[in-house]
Amino acid sequence: MRDILPQLPALQVVVPLVGAVLTAFVRRGIFAWALAALATFLSAAIAAGLLWQVLATGPISYRLGGWAPPWGIEYRVDVLNAFVLLLVSGVSTVMMPFARRSVAFEIEGDRQAWFYTMYLLCLAGLLGIAITGDAFNAFVFMEVSSLATYVLIAMGRDRRALLAAYQYLILGTIGATLYVIGVGLLYLVTGTLNIVDLGARLGAASAEQMRPILAALAFITVGISLKLALFPLHLWLPNAYAYAPSFATAFLAATATKVAVYLLLRFLFPVFSLAIGPVALQILHMLLLLSLAAMFVASILAVYEQNVKRMLAYSSVAQIGYITFGISLANQYGLTGGIVHLFNHAVMKGAMFLALGALFYRVRSVRLADLAGVGRQMPLTSAAFVVGGLGLIGTPGTAGFISKWYLALGAIDRGWWPLVFLLVASSLIAVVYVGRFVEVAYFRPVSEACKDARDPPLNMLIPILLLGAATIYFGIETELSAGVASQAADALLRGAK
Amino acid sequence: MFDLTSEQLLLVALLVPFAGAALIPLFHRVPNVREAVTLVAAAVLFLSVIGLLQPVLNGDRPEALNLWIAPGLVLAFKVEPLGLLFALVASGLWIVTSIYSIGYMRANDEPRQTSYYVCFAVALGCAVAIAFAKNLFTLFLFYEALTLSTYPLVAHKGDANAIRGGRIYLLMLLGTSLLFLLPAIVITIVLAGTGDFVPGGILAGKASGLVLGVLLGLYAFGIGKAALMPLHFWLPAAMVAPTPVSALLHAVAVVKAGVFSILKVVVYVFGPGTLLGSGQSQWLVYVAGATIVVASLVALRQDNLKKLLAYSTVSQLSYVILAIAVLMPISIRGAAMHIAAHAVSKITLFFAAGSIYTAAHKTEISQMRGIGRRMPWTMGAFTIGALSMIGLPSTAGFLGKWFMLSGAFQGGQWVVVVVIVLSTVLNAAYFLPIVFNAFASEPEAGDRAAHAHGEAPWPMVAALTLTAAGTIALFWFPGIALDLSSSMIADKP
Repeated sequence: MRDILPQLPALQVVVPLVGAVLTAFVRRGIFAWALAALATFLSAAIAAGLLWQVLATGPISYRLGGWAPPWGIEYRVDVLNAFVLLLVSGVSTVMMPFARRSVAFEIEGDRQAWFYTMYLLCLAGLLGIAITGDAFNAFVFMEVSSLATYVLIAMGRDRRALLAAYQYLILGTIGATLYVIGVGLLYLVTGTLNIVDLGARLGAASAEQMRPILAALAFITVGISLKLALFPLHLWLPNAYAYAPSFATAFLAATATKVAVYLLLRFLFPVFSLAIGPVALQILHMLLLLSLAAMFVASILAVYEQNVKRMLAYSSVAQIGYITFGISLANQYGLTGGIVHLFNHAVMKGAMFLALGALFYRVRSVRLADLAGVGRQMPLTSAAFVVGGLGLIGTPGTAGFISKWYLALGAIDRGWWPLVFLLVASSLIAVVYVGRFVEVAYFRPVSEACKDARDPPLNMLIPILLLGAATIYFGIETELSAGVASQAADALLRGAK
Repeated sequence: MFDLTSEQLLLVALLVPFAGAALIPLFHRVPNVREAVTLVAAAVLFLSVIGLLQPVLNGDRPEALNLWIAPGLVLAFKVEPLGLLFALVASGLWIVTSIYSIGYMRANDEPRQTSYYVCFAVALGCAVAIAFAKNLFTLFLFYEALTLSTYPLVAHKGDANAIRGGRIYLLMLLGTSLLFLLPAIVITIVLAGTGDFVPGGILAGKASGLVLGVLLGLYAFGIGKAALMPLHFWLPAAMVAPTPVSALLHAVAVVKAGVFSILKVVVYVFGPGTLLGSGQSQWLVYVAGATIVVASLVALRQDNLKKLLAYSTVSQLSYVILAIAVLMPISIRGAAMHIAAHAVSKITLFFAAGSIYTAAHKTEISQMRGIGRRMPWTMGAFTIGALSMIGLPSTAGFLGKWFMLSGAFQGGQWVVVVVIVLSTVLNAAYFLPIVFNAFASEPEAGDRAAHAHGEAPWPMVAALTLTAAGTIALFWFPGIALDLSSSMIADKP
């Protein structure tokens, strides 16, 4: 055991990657699922070990292939990415029991193993982005996860899934290209790809180097913003989420955009704010405006959706707005709020998308009209959905409230009092779209479609209830969520000084 | 009770309603046991609140739980006299309402009775938690939970009308609390560095007069449950709920949680002295006064009995706010007294309305001519409730008004005196004709149903007789309420 500990950073990516290769050789869906579940669980255990190590002894640097940074690729784990790693692998682990039946129901037998292969590749890519300290290596993992994501989406039952995957393919590729152009420019200016080193060298950049650095900043920010679906670059997301298989949607919603946000944080704070203080401030202001637009416009679009999955997808765009809102405040409370919302939103939306997957499993539809009366037919599933919805609204006692509390404190710290009102006003729109589901599910007569629906089998139900309970748990006990997020925010800000 | 310490009693009081709510669904198929669970929970709650009475009057301030959640957010409970008075009223009336509910729900063969009792118990638990909240966050948490747990009760019927009423209810209450109350709490905690309720207030010297005025506005309108005009629409809309819901929640627990919260914020967050010194609260006198008069005028025009009672509630709630806004110690005592007095009298009126609906299937006042002869107990109780609304001596309603008038004279608030006199006249103008017609008029000749019914089922009659008796008892034996309210004023930081 003692020999394995130093190797944990590499294993974090290697385990799901090897798992992906192995599942590709398996034919039966159940074995593929078992392998995927095992690999996911191990990843989570590794991530937990890393977070524990980092909290105890400070950042870990791992030299891949023994090459010293900045020449070799460095895996660098600090509180922030240990937190993201645990978030991604932890939420996936909770979701895995759900996957078995949901995937078996939605995907044909001979393609299930492929589905799990793609899922593990995607997981490996996401974990890779989060753990690497190398800007170009991050691009490689971004491509790994994105290519796998396109396939996951295209495996949706609905034929429109193909179009959605294609849309995402185009926009995702553009995003990745912009990112790599930006990284290339930075490499030209500084001669390094190591993110920590990059930050240090940009700090010493001369005046005539500013122009390419600014261009790089623009490319990188826009590129990542496409990936994280920052309004108005979110157009790929609603269709992708709506038509992907239920499990893929839940997994992607809880993890993929979160990792992109992480990457943005990595670049914005240590790398850029060092070199170009005033410009960074302008970028933050722009980010703030776009976040506000996301919070309002996407929420309003969610209100008018008839397809609940698309409704949640728009809600995700809005919730990402809250996260970037926190980033744009760029102070201790604001960043804590943004980072903790990464986590809280993953938990709440995970609960809701899983519940929705269970509704689809029983009712075979996610249209609002077909879900009439489902609240009484599937009480536990619907209750978890509603609890997640209360979290989105930011009701006190749920995880969502904690995020918003920090965001409000952050806004006040900046002296931007009116933002507090905008923050709460946008939550009010969530009341409307969550309320629509409640009215239909609980007060309408039972529809033809869900006449025989009842709560799903335990292996689907337990993950749903776990995430639903976590929505409340993390609204009361915040040591693991806001406590760690606050440390991460502190480290980012200290790095930026 | 059972030799529990006050801390343990507090925990019991906080947990019992929720424990009841958890047990009720288990007896879904045995309604008698299910209702017994409600009654036992209500009785245990009431006894534990009673048990807290003596220690609190002796100056003890038991606390429970002290859970740090985030900067500025602590989940904590503490009993003080005002909260105890509110808890006493809510828990005592829960017993009576449960008895009444059993009669009402069964006689009207209402659907989904299990979820009805669950939501009711949760709502009561929230009301008690609001009463015992130690700080703004705890109060806010259960304030929102109270809205959410009563929403299913408002929309209980499930028809288009009920769903629409529920929608207005949810959006108005959540909307005001999210838009105004939450920012007010954030601002308070940032300015004062704490959200705790402290006698004398926490904002003295921490905010300019203008900020105090703005904050007061955010609180007064953000606490939408207090139904200050123009944010009162949810209350008439909520009348689509079954009558016991209107009675306990929309005459007692929910609306009283509203005015109680305002009272608590003024006494323990602003501090009446600080607010009076800033001179920023006079507008609240005018808004509350206008609400009293306008709501009474609207009530005059109602033919639906429950709607009339709803507007009468809006008007009576603003008495409490008016008394708070005068900011004299005596008028603040009046506000506390009126919370209790209005609770017992208004619940009597709603019980009577529900019993008329159950026995005679009548909802409009114009159909109720001569009904007093067939339902003497119901209409007798109604009369007592109505007299208390008007504020006649020997009914509870007189006490609050007396304190309020004294406060108004002390503070030189002549507007308040005029408003109280005017509204007393208006109250008489819309309540007395109902009473008169019920007893003195002949039923309409074509009204054959009038001959076909007698009193409502006995649990309902028993409940409304009890609360009518309470309305009179509170006037003659106001000791506990007086002691608690004076102990609230006497509390020093």
